[in-house]
Amino acid sequence: MAKTDIGPPDYKTMLPPVIQRNYGKWLYHEILKPGVLMHVSESGEALYSVRAGSPRLVSTDHIREICEIADEHCDGYLRFTSRHNIEFLLDDKNKVDPLIDELKSRGYPVGGTGHAVTNIVHTQGWVHCHTPATDASGPVKALMDEIYDYYTTMKLPNHVRISLACCLNMCGAIHCSDIAILGIHRTVPKTDNSRVPNVCEIPSTVASCPTGAIRGDMKNKTLTVNDEKCMYCGNCYTVCPAMPIADPDNDGISIWVGGKVSNARSAPMFSKLAIPFLPNNPPRWPEVVDAVKNILEVYARHAKKHERVGEWIERVGWERFFSLTGIPFTDQHIDDFDLAVDTFRTSTQFKWR
Amino acid sequence: MSKPETPLLDELEKGRWPSFVKDLKQAAKKNPMARDLIHQLELSYKDRIGHWKHGGIVGVKGYGAGVIGRYSDRPDLFPNVQAFHTLRVNHPTGWFYKTDALRKLCDVWDKHGSGLTNMHGSTGDAILLGTTTDHLQPCFNDLSDAGFDLGGSGSALRTPSACVGPARCEWACIDSLDICYNITMTYQDQIHRPMFPYKFKIKVSACPNDCVASIARSDFSIIGTWKDDIQVDQKEVLAYASSINIQKEVCDLCPTRCMEWNGKELKIYNDDCTRCMHCINLMPKALRPGKEKGASILVGGKAPIVKGALLSWVVVPFIKLEPPYDELKNLIERIQDWWDENGKSRERLGELITRLGMRVFLKAVGLPAVPQMVKAPRTNPYVFFWPEDIQKEVK
Repeated sequence: MAKTDIGPPDYKTMLPPVIQRNYGKWLYHEILKPGVLMHVSESGEALYSVRAGSPRLVSTDHIREICEIADEHCDGYLRFTSRHNIEFLLDDKNKVDPLIDELKSRGYPVGGTGHAVTNIVHTQGWVHCHTPATDASGPVKALMDEIYDYYTTMKLPNHVRISLACCLNMCGAIHCSDIAILGIHRTVPKTDNSRVPNVCEIPSTVASCPTGAIRGDMKNKTLTVNDEKCMYCGNCYTVCPAMPIADPDNDGISIWVGGKVSNARSAPMFSKLAIPFLPNNPPRWPEVVDAVKNILEVYARHAKKHERVGEWIERVGWERFFSLTGIPFTDQHIDDFDLAVDTFRTSTQFKWR
Repeated sequence: MSKPETPLLDELEKGRWPSFVKDLKQAAKKNPMARDLIHQLELSYKDRIGHWKHGGIVGVKGYGAGVIGRYSDRPDLFPNVQAFHTLRVNHPTGWFYKTDALRKLCDVWDKHGSGLTNMHGSTGDAILLGTTTDHLQPCFNDLSDAGFDLGGSGSALRTPSACVGPARCEWACIDSLDICYNITMTYQDQIHRPMFPYKFKIKVSACPNDCVASIARSDFSIIGTWKDDIQVDQKEVLAYASSINIQKEVCDLCPTRCMEWNGKELKIYNDDCTRCMHCINLMPKALRPGKEKGASILVGGKAPIVKGALLSWVVVPFIKLEPPYDELKNLIERIQDWWDENGKSRERLGELITRLGMRVFLKAVGLPAVPQMVKAPRTNPYVFFWPEDIQKEVK
């Protein structure tokens, strides 16, 4: 019988000696060039971190390759970032360039630091999820191919965090991203009342609906959906498998902008709706890639240095955001959920464009 | 030449960014599950719809969490992914690895699974993607022998995560790694045996930059902060003046306008500082967080399902955090007990507080109301009073 509840390996056994010696004693850091951080300790010792991109969905062969590189260049010490980048941890500046050469020769992008686009946090999509409205790895790959240069350089006004979730469950909690790509359904679930009694619990299915669109008939053990109240979140399907919601012709992607998680300057903010719907167009999702690239480049041209996407939009106003990006404003942009009125304008102060 | 089998996915092997299709194909060379996965995914690309059935309860002995059941809806076409379950493996705190540990993980997964992983999942676990039901227990046994354990899933404490903290960052106000590891080890039972109304997430960021998105993504957010004055090295401030415009980039962007720069010296009015980190981020060599360090605790953050997304709210402006963190753990337990007692099925902590009121929450867990908790006091006159207070006044 295997031991249970042993917990993860102790992180202290994974730290390179230079970190063990200088734990909690770091004085300052500099970004030496895109993808290379230097942290200097009170002791005078320095740690060099080299950051490389990853598709996140990686094979064991790929992990073994990363191990081989780490063994050769940094005594086998590495870490992953909260945005799925790989970081090689070196104790000698002279080891940095040979590592970068090797990474580049093996096709790893080096960057994602400072005022850059870093790796896109994303979910499983069609690879492994049962509720997706789109794929995750595919749109991310297509987009990163197109905005690759923003990863390997640091020429944006501030860093731009892009995230993708393939449905409203938002496993990636993308709701506070500079640019969020969100898979959405647009049609009501197709309730199979012949299966409901066997596979669903009626009260919990009724309770799962954020807008109260589902009614239960306990006597007949069936459910009805009020189509007019349904906003296709799919939460009922999560608790009741007899309410499938995927619809190839109507599922797609929405784009949200202006969120952030840090407390730097402005408070953390939610992302807000920019584009209500774009079609699923595999394998390269050209409409989605173009839309995100457009927003990114309009931001890069117009924001002041150090402004995040949301800070820029708050300064210039949403009217200006829509006119600069050329994105049409629709009635879907106007909130109608709880607290919607908080977002309505209550003054005559607005811009014409 | 034969017709390509996966023309849509093959397209995504092109381009400069590392391709997940390359990894899928690498795994497929050795593993029939990975082979069928590619073909099922190609069908999804063609049909524009997922081909996985709604979950299924599978697991390992003694645990109710850590394994996600997954079945293909086309086992007729793809028999090798008829069952394709996921194991969530609790990552070493801070996602630090020595290569021998990573190789052990690969050895276990090559033996028992598809050879495909996520490094890492959104909550932080290392995700082992795809194995059959009969391999789950042997795989867990081998993981355990290799020193790894499973993370949380379902209505459990999810795998806690932490920023890089004092291991590499000069801004760390708390030992985010030690706190996270300590919590993880203390609450193994809550991680592995779901017993709550719904999921519960704890994330630890060592400074207000919040690199693990604790405020956005966790029910219980621990954020390092300080109480005294920002430490200033005027000589280094002056050195930065040659590379950045201190007035424009630092002082003018300070949200409270609490600093003045006269070309020689930076004056900070610390009473007005809200510790946003902007000036420190820009001049790390010159400015450092204060010396009286601790954490702010915020609660209630979550993604949209069910009642809408929430950001965590301040409930403890400042708490000292030193091992063994008894005060912190006591607070976590008081909050979880109240939630467990009052929460409906699938109701997150933030939703429960919204439903019953912050006032009720604070009283139940024994936290005093302070102005730091709100952006502004209420504007509506619908004010509740506690009965015991009224009786006192009537007398």
